[in-house]
Amino acid sequence: MSAATLFGLCAATLVGLGLYGVIAHPQPLRKIVAFNILGSGVFLMLGSVARRGAAAGMGGDPVPQALLITGIVVAFSATALAIALLLRLSEVSGSVTLSSDAPAEPKPDAGKA
Amino acid sequence: MTTTSGGLLLALAILVPFVGVLAGLALGGRNAQRVTLATLPVGLGIAIAVAAALVRSGRPVVYLLGGWAPPLGVALRADGLSVVMMAAVAVVVCGIGLYARADFGIREGEPDTRASATFWALLPAVWGSLNLVFLSGDLFTCYVALELLTFAGVPLVCLEGRGETLRAALRYLVFALLGSVLYLLGCVLLYGAYGTLDIALLAQRSGPGALAWGALALMMAGLLAKTALFPLHIWLPPAHGGAPAPASAILSALVIKGSWFLVVRIWFDALPGVVTLASAQLLAAFGAAAILVGNVVALRQARLKLLIAYSTVAQIGYLFLMFPLVAGLEAAHLDAGPAVTGGMLQAISHATAKAAMFLAAGLIYKSLGHDRVADLRGAGRALPMTILAFALGGISLIGLPPSGGFFAKWLLLSASVATGQWWWALVMLAGGLLTSSYVFLVVVRALAPADEGWSPKAAVPRYQQAAVLGLALCSFLLGAAALSPVDVARIGRPAVVRVGSR
Repeated sequence: MSAATLFGLCAATLVGLGLYGVIAHPQPLRKIVAFNILGSGVFLMLGSVARRGAAAGMGGDPVPQALLITGIVVAFSATALAIALLLRLSEVSGSVTLSSDAPAEPKPDAGKA
Repeated sequence: MTTTSGGLLLALAILVPFVGVLAGLALGGRNAQRVTLATLPVGLGIAIAVAAALVRSGRPVVYLLGGWAPPLGVALRADGLSVVMMAAVAVVVCGIGLYARADFGIREGEPDTRASATFWALLPAVWGSLNLVFLSGDLFTCYVALELLTFAGVPLVCLEGRGETLRAALRYLVFALLGSVLYLLGCVLLYGAYGTLDIALLAQRSGPGALAWGALALMMAGLLAKTALFPLHIWLPPAHGGAPAPASAILSALVIKGSWFLVVRIWFDALPGVVTLASAQLLAAFGAAAILVGNVVALRQARLKLLIAYSTVAQIGYLFLMFPLVAGLEAAHLDAGPAVTGGMLQAISHATAKAAMFLAAGLIYKSLGHDRVADLRGAGRALPMTILAFALGGISLIGLPPSGGFFAKWLLLSASVATGQWWWALVMLAGGLLTSSYVFLVVVRALAPADEGWSPKAAVPRYQQAAVLGLALCSFLLGAAALSPVDVARIGRPAVVRVGSR
């Protein structure tokens, strides 16, 4: 089994774990972390595609590596946006849950997470 | 592939809105509003100029970024579909911008609220991202454009900053991010299999096989989550519940059309040899379920805003009925162009009609102080132009002549009869019947005489009502596209859409 295949299988495992996490966990922070694991799996897959597609003389195909870096930046900004929304939600409503049948919002308590 | 004349307009179509966003953020306050309102006519002019260039040359308009050709370089490519969507989006954005001048207008000397400043920055951001979606020539640029669209669309949901809206925005963001990452995984698999993500090259190299089917399934799942097709639609109604009217209009009319357009691109342009009739039937089955479930739930809504939101869920279903119809027409060696035009026209007429309906609901809320469907009496007296606009938009959604919705559904109905797929015709007719029930419900209630001594809570400026009526008239009169001598949507598209093995 070559290195590229091993990394590809590892990437598939990460994708599976991340997908399970996003769907199964009700807490938003866990969903965001699981989304990052899922993203890492996809980026690792890009890396192994780059390795597998290396032409003679090159260590890796440069195009997937470029896509990979762009993807990391996009995922990072997405996580930043999600965390900002989560922080604001916790500030405003005092609880972090995505279910809409939460009871009436308690008075926003400064410093309460 | 080389840059054609008029190619620079494609780059400008993307740059102008984003320069507007940056200038607005830098200048801040009232200037953000001025900058955004100034980009509206410029962007509309660019969209019309691209359309003119396309019709004049009869071939797709291409712009190579940096002069580098695909597969290593990135190409912007405008064919008939892109141009038609760009023009429609430009018109809707102008209408929403005009309307929002009253809702989010920043008056001289007053500090801007967070909601207004954010709105004036997000409107051109959504516009620029949509133009990028319509013009990308390769799938990874589409991914970047999709993410830009998500980042611009999510804050629109929680503009008011209340807990419930933040929750809805976070739910939308989780759905959208899951959608994009699945789409990206599909792109990775396609690159691994075929060595390119350029749409034209993929069409030549791709063929049926487990890897291609897997990639297609992943990308479709991701894009369907972003387009809110049943059963992945659950983020949409709560997102509309608390959003201000212009934000709802942008979300329903524009943002979901971006991911739908990508489904069309991938299905017909990037992977025509991979898709099968069975998979197209599956997509349309989801669409049919969306039409029936969305319309029935819309009938049961107590709030006008949520009624229109569930109506959006239903109308999105119509957009997916075109896939098996095109496949069926191709298999029978008939011209599949009308079915594609029908789908396009459905998208445009829905965009204009739904924007008009959401903005009308916003005006009704302003005037009545509430938007309960049961207590709409008096709205017709206070806002006659607005109720007319709502009715015209509703007529387009139902599909009555001479509206654009009628022409779109007529094309899809004749395609379904021509291919013998009569079940889609039944679904469309049932959908039209259900839609008409709640449109008539709202209009009849609104036209009922008000209680004694009732007067509107707030005055609504004339030009706001005119903007809403303008959008609704666009949707209503789109049926005139039937008389157009040039089928713009077909320019630059392959004459035969290959469908892979059954």
